[in-house]
Amino acid sequence: MIHFLTKGLLRDRSRSLFPVIIITITVTIVIFAIGFMKGSMNNVFLDTAVIISGHEKVVTRAYKEESQMLPNDLALLDVDQIIINLKKKYPDHFWSPRITFGGLIDIPDNNGETKEQGPVIAMGIDLLNKNSRMTEIWGLDKRLVQGRLPKTSNEVLISQKLATKLNISIGDTATYIGTTMHNAFTTYNFSVAGTFDLRKGQADKQMMLVDISGAQEALDMENAASEIFGFTHSLFYDDDKAVSLRSNYNNSYSDTSDIFSPIMMALRDSSQQMGTMVDFVDAFLMIIGGVFLVIVTIVLWNMGLMNGLRRHGEFGLRLAMGESKGDVYRSMIIEAVLIGFVGTIIGTSIGLTLTYYFQEYGIDYSEVVSTMSTTSMVMPNVFYAKVTPDLYYIGFVPGVVATVLGTMLAGIAIYKREMAQLFKELEA
Amino acid sequence: MKKILIYIISLSSLTSQAENITVDAIITKIDKNLNAKSRILTSKMVVHGRRSSRTIESKNWVIGTDKAFTKYLSPAREKGMKMLKLGDKLWTYSPQTDRVIQISGHMLRQSVMGSDMSYNDMMEDRPLKEIYTSTISGSEILADRDHWVITMEAKVKGLPYPKRKAWIDKEYFLPVKEELYAKSGKLLKTSTLSDFKKIQDRWFPSKYKYKDELKRNSKGTEWIIDEVEFNTDIPESRFSKALLRK
Repeated sequence: MIHFLTKGLLRDRSRSLFPVIIITITVTIVIFAIGFMKGSMNNVFLDTAVIISGHEKVVTRAYKEESQMLPNDLALLDVDQIIINLKKKYPDHFWSPRITFGGLIDIPDNNGETKEQGPVIAMGIDLLNKNSRMTEIWGLDKRLVQGRLPKTSNEVLISQKLATKLNISIGDTATYIGTTMHNAFTTYNFSVAGTFDLRKGQADKQMMLVDISGAQEALDMENAASEIFGFTHSLFYDDDKAVSLRSNYNNSYSDTSDIFSPIMMALRDSSQQMGTMVDFVDAFLMIIGGVFLVIVTIVLWNMGLMNGLRRHGEFGLRLAMGESKGDVYRSMIIEAVLIGFVGTIIGTSIGLTLTYYFQEYGIDYSEVVSTMSTTSMVMPNVFYAKVTPDLYYIGFVPGVVATVLGTMLAGIAIYKREMAQLFKELEA
Repeated sequence: MKKILIYIISLSSLTSQAENITVDAIITKIDKNLNAKSRILTSKMVVHGRRSSRTIESKNWVIGTDKAFTKYLSPAREKGMKMLKLGDKLWTYSPQTDRVIQISGHMLRQSVMGSDMSYNDMMEDRPLKEIYTSTISGSEILADRDHWVITMEAKVKGLPYPKRKAWIDKEYFLPVKEELYAKSGKLLKTSTLSDFKKIQDRWFPSKYKYKDELKRNSKGTEWIIDEVEFNTDIPESRFSKALLRK
């Protein structure tokens, strides 16, 4: 029966080609639009997560209270063991220590006297460990302007804006002036390995990146870190899962009576603005995605309906030839299922390919975005789509379900009309 | 009976003498105790952090208010670090970087080695009489000893503490407790002075305790003076940048 109907569909292109094209186009649009929206929103979260908050981060309870002051005297101790425990307990994530510290950077002249001096916000991140994904998620290879990535613990990357302001060249000594974890005055010589531009407006205006081991040495923070950042392996932020993980960790490991006890924060907890943004994005994606899905479903339903009505004459003839109403109705539905499946599979394939392409290459909005980044939220300037598991099946809702429902609705007319009426339509 | 009467009369005469003293005379006596043309002191600073305490030992050479040289003696990380203050300029040298770095003037108001003391607290040596207008607010008994309560208002601009309230011991003419305020009236720091010793004809505290009231959960910093010499000739070369590297 299916073989017979398939042959019929292939031979009569008016019944198959046009509906398959429509379904393919619609499903492609649905897949790409949802993939791009989710990807773009995830980019907003990921950039903030990489620089400010992680998908989750662990700090001490006291550090959390004063985090704006970068109080490294309240940092986490015995960080290696905390990370081992986190990896074991939450294998879906990778965890990386971070030291964020402020101070002055002093550039000497040939005689070792101060040539330039300015404030700096430095981040000690895991750059040298071969298993670390920090270089990848910061996109440092792509964002290097001059020089190379650090190879030793005392080499640093300076933001291009800061390098220009302080007239820094590659290979220069940059002396950090600040305070250690024990609040003691400290000076430490770093060597400038390269400059970078995150292309995120003012976010990297005073930024310096150093390997975590260099920061630990400069700030007397052996096996200590300000924060431990956690990211999902896929780098996709799922707020519900993040909140659940945070609650689970805090219930298990955080002691409310100890100010140095670790506490986990989800990305949404990093600032009030971020929390609102996460809620807004969730609601936005649900509403826009839902509305979009309903519209294309109606379009395809309508197409199924029109296809059925257009063939009333044929149905009249088939009934006159002795075919039962039930057989006609079933054959219509099987045809719709076949067309829907073929169109959906082609549309899903094209949609996923497009989404994957834009997941890899993105769309550059640098000009628009450079003015929008703030200290609590960093806006990406290249928006990437994201292939998520739901994209593999979501196209079947409009592609198959709507088409079949439309056909079923049109087919009801077969049962309601008299044979004579159908013959009349055949004559017309 | 006669003896008792004489004792009572002489005691009341002494008390009334103490009570009749003018605020200017009190401040002059405090300045005489605390200020000197120059001083060389070896001290320990015990910084009580939120996690642990640490002790930093240093030697200071100070002339008036403009010149100060500090050499850190311990712990190992700080040993060999030197600081030179000339007027409102501050240079620092650390053996780890082998660099002499000038730090901007506002750093003088910042914490010394993470303590509750600022460089100004440690090095400021201007006579109170020159910079404050003082009034006696009353008397108060603290630890069974009688004290004047003196309020001071800045009469020159740019002082780190434009208002102060001090409890002055009536015998030693030294403040045992001070509250240091911003111009707005906000309490910035409190300090207590204790262990008064007679050194070169003056009473001088061997222990200071500073508490930065703006630091949450601050446990304060103790500054213990181990040795001090007043009005010693200090050669000008002591305050040269070249000495920082030596």
